[in-house]
Amino acid sequence: MSAPSDNMPIPAPAIHSKPLLIRHLPYFIGAAILVALAANMRFDGYVHNILLQATTFAIAVFGLSVVLGLCGQINLAQAAFFGLGAYAVGIGTTDLHVSFWLCLVGGCVISLLAGAFLGMSTLRLGGHYLAMVTISFQQIVTLVMINAIWLTHGPDGVSNIGRPDLFQSSQSYLAFCVAMLAIVGYLVWHLSDTKLGRAMRAVRDNELAAGVNGIDVFRTKIYAFALCALLGGLAGGLFAGGFAYVSPDQFSFAESIVFLTMSLLGGVASPIGSAIGTGLLILIPEWLRFLKSVPGLYLAIYGLFVILIIRFMPDGIWGFVADAFARWRAKLAAPPVAGALQLKPAMTGGDTVLEVTGLSKYFGGLKAVDGVDIAVKRGGVHALIGPNGSGKTTTLNVLSGLYVATAGKIVLDGTDITNMPPHQRTASGLGRTFQNIRLFRSMTALENVEIGAERPGNTMVGKGDDALTERAMEALTFVGLGNRANELISSFSYGHQRLIEIARALASNPTLLLLDEPAAGLNSTEKLELHELLKRIAAQGLTILIIDHDMTLVSEAAQHITVLNFGRRIADGESMAVLRHPDVVSAYLGSE
Amino acid sequence: MDLALQLLFTGIGIGAVYALVALGFVLIFRATNVVNFAQGEFSMVAAYLMVVAVEAGLPYWAAFIVALLGMALVGVVFNLGVYYPLRHRTYLPVIIATIGASILLANSVLAIYGPQPQVLEGWFETPGIQVGPVYLDSQYLLIIGVTICLVIFNFWFFEKTLLGKKLQATSQDKEMASLLGISVSTMIMITFIYSAVLGGLAGILVAPVLFVSIQMGSTIALKAFAATIIGGFGDVAGAIIGGLALGVIETFGAAYISVPYKDGFAFLVLIAFLIFRPQGIFGERVAEKA
Repeated sequence: MSAPSDNMPIPAPAIHSKPLLIRHLPYFIGAAILVALAANMRFDGYVHNILLQATTFAIAVFGLSVVLGLCGQINLAQAAFFGLGAYAVGIGTTDLHVSFWLCLVGGCVISLLAGAFLGMSTLRLGGHYLAMVTISFQQIVTLVMINAIWLTHGPDGVSNIGRPDLFQSSQSYLAFCVAMLAIVGYLVWHLSDTKLGRAMRAVRDNELAAGVNGIDVFRTKIYAFALCALLGGLAGGLFAGGFAYVSPDQFSFAESIVFLTMSLLGGVASPIGSAIGTGLLILIPEWLRFLKSVPGLYLAIYGLFVILIIRFMPDGIWGFVADAFARWRAKLAAPPVAGALQLKPAMTGGDTVLEVTGLSKYFGGLKAVDGVDIAVKRGGVHALIGPNGSGKTTTLNVLSGLYVATAGKIVLDGTDITNMPPHQRTASGLGRTFQNIRLFRSMTALENVEIGAERPGNTMVGKGDDALTERAMEALTFVGLGNRANELISSFSYGHQRLIEIARALASNPTLLLLDEPAAGLNSTEKLELHELLKRIAAQGLTILIIDHDMTLVSEAAQHITVLNFGRRIADGESMAVLRHPDVVSAYLGSE
Repeated sequence: MDLALQLLFTGIGIGAVYALVALGFVLIFRATNVVNFAQGEFSMVAAYLMVVAVEAGLPYWAAFIVALLGMALVGVVFNLGVYYPLRHRTYLPVIIATIGASILLANSVLAIYGPQPQVLEGWFETPGIQVGPVYLDSQYLLIIGVTICLVIFNFWFFEKTLLGKKLQATSQDKEMASLLGISVSTMIMITFIYSAVLGGLAGILVAPVLFVSIQMGSTIALKAFAATIIGGFGDVAGAIIGGLALGVIETFGAAYISVPYKDGFAFLVLIAFLIFRPQGIFGERVAEKA
């Protein structure tokens, strides 16, 4: 999905000079003050319980902000993971007489493993599967909690749950939970700017583009889902210690919906939104207690809330505020000045960068590509042309791993990549762009290009975030958009979006660059600029394989042309000779 | 052996209900590319409408018609209130909205009617007939009969009528369909109405066998969804075979393994299919085009 909306509030990064911990010092000071307040202020039992509930629920909702907000995957079983953590602490500290800390960690591990297992079985498939499987999992967990009486005490629940010796009083336990909330909140908040966080956002925005930019989509989704489950388990364990009693109805499907609503209301993209949503949805029902006197009424209102929020405020309360802030900041933040982009394509193989032999791709009985040979020589521009339906784009998709070849062999710079998934081909040095642009639409231009620069095995990027940003800025400057690096993708014209896509591929320092109809949809000025850009790329020794309809561009830019028709190669050779070849002329113009 | 035959009959009967709801899933999925998570609530709401209408003193057949008309209305409101405003968004907002709608429907009924399960009489006076070793419950016979008729009707409607072909065209290529003068929004509206009525029919038929309760919707929906995956997602024949298979598996599982975990078998079968054969019995692997 592109999350609930297309305009996620993403803070514009700049090149950082101060160490991270010092820049984030205000956060830790604020958190310390909150912990001190929780430890020292006198609350009556009612307020204390509400605070404890809000604190533990917020940690579980942070989990949803990772899986749903960052990674765009749904989880309708967060209450089940919460329950696993809670029962681990409940059963562990009472029946099994194990220390609280061990139980808390155990609960986290159980939740993590359950989450990872669900993820591994389902996340290769579409989001609908995940939604249904998580609902089913939720039902199973509830069934076990109610029916496995020997383990869970059944509907009676577990009481007299222990706390750690260090935090025996309810006041100190609350302070401990607030401290945990602050730590988890910090990690989740910071996650979106790490390599894993960027990968998650890329997956959320566009799975295909994430894959061909070197991200292992499946693994990233599993990490997000397992992390969400882990946070659910942690929150549940803290909850059980705080209230000393757990029962199955506290971890039902209805509670999963409450978590989801909290996350959506506050804003799914940020932990701040999670905290806001959790706070509101715990306080509002307390103010409107009369609603709870009619069974079902308050959940019905939650359901209505969900529909209305999705319809009218897809980014939630915080998303709404932060979006305005991000746009304002993007205008202010002057992007750093960048040096010249260096392209140093790897040279491990021989003269031929890409050797394709006998490549075939059948869809059922349709032979879209049928025994095609292509040899792309190192350096320069090689064009793959052919009339509509000749199999060009299918060839490109087989080359980049989006389709699996029916037969044939693909060797990139001496490495056989025929059976690799897209992200491994990218790691081996393949870069590509798409005919219909596939950028990560909720991110800035710079962040898009950073994801390209992050390709595994990119030798042109040093260690650390600053080096990454520098490389991305160089690539953006190379295509002429360095001064607009911090703007969101939606504010760029079509032609500029195409340039950003090329910059994203260049930042990864590929060995071979595949361009899928780069001139499509460009006006004549933009085409000239594109032609210039291709020359500058080729001048640095990077090999380009280009697919296009634009004969002017192809004949001027390419030194070598391969022509396909009906899935077969009908001509191959030096540009001018090929374009005069009678078969090619008849394929394009029809024979007499 | 006699027990096995008896269980087979019951399993097919309950499986037919899953098949009907699964069919509703598939039709909406094909028309909109979205799974309607409130599909099960259609069955639940229809069962309650039926209970209300019978209690109001209507004859059984009239109550039946009133309940189905009510479901048509629910389909219209559902489309206009939940799907239509979000039709240009990606699938995740839409499925979240249908989940919201499912919570809204179930809990509104709970708020109005209370948590006490209701009882709905069966259609026939005679409870059933004994054929050899197997006792054929009349309501199960009715469910199986109606399902067979609906499968035949469905085939005739989508393959032989112009409206059915328009609906198929819409589900396959919305842009092209609208260029050919088909009103896409009307076709989607018809799909929602048909699915709501279909789900409602399943709910009314199964109500005398189960209790009429708030939970019946989500329980049936989960099974029906599992059925669509087992059969092959998006495939009409797959949904029906998957539903029947699931009903049989579940009935045998409850009889021979464990009653309290009866509702868990669907989940286990679902996970097994997702791991070993995610495309289902009939499905083909589909990939997004680049």
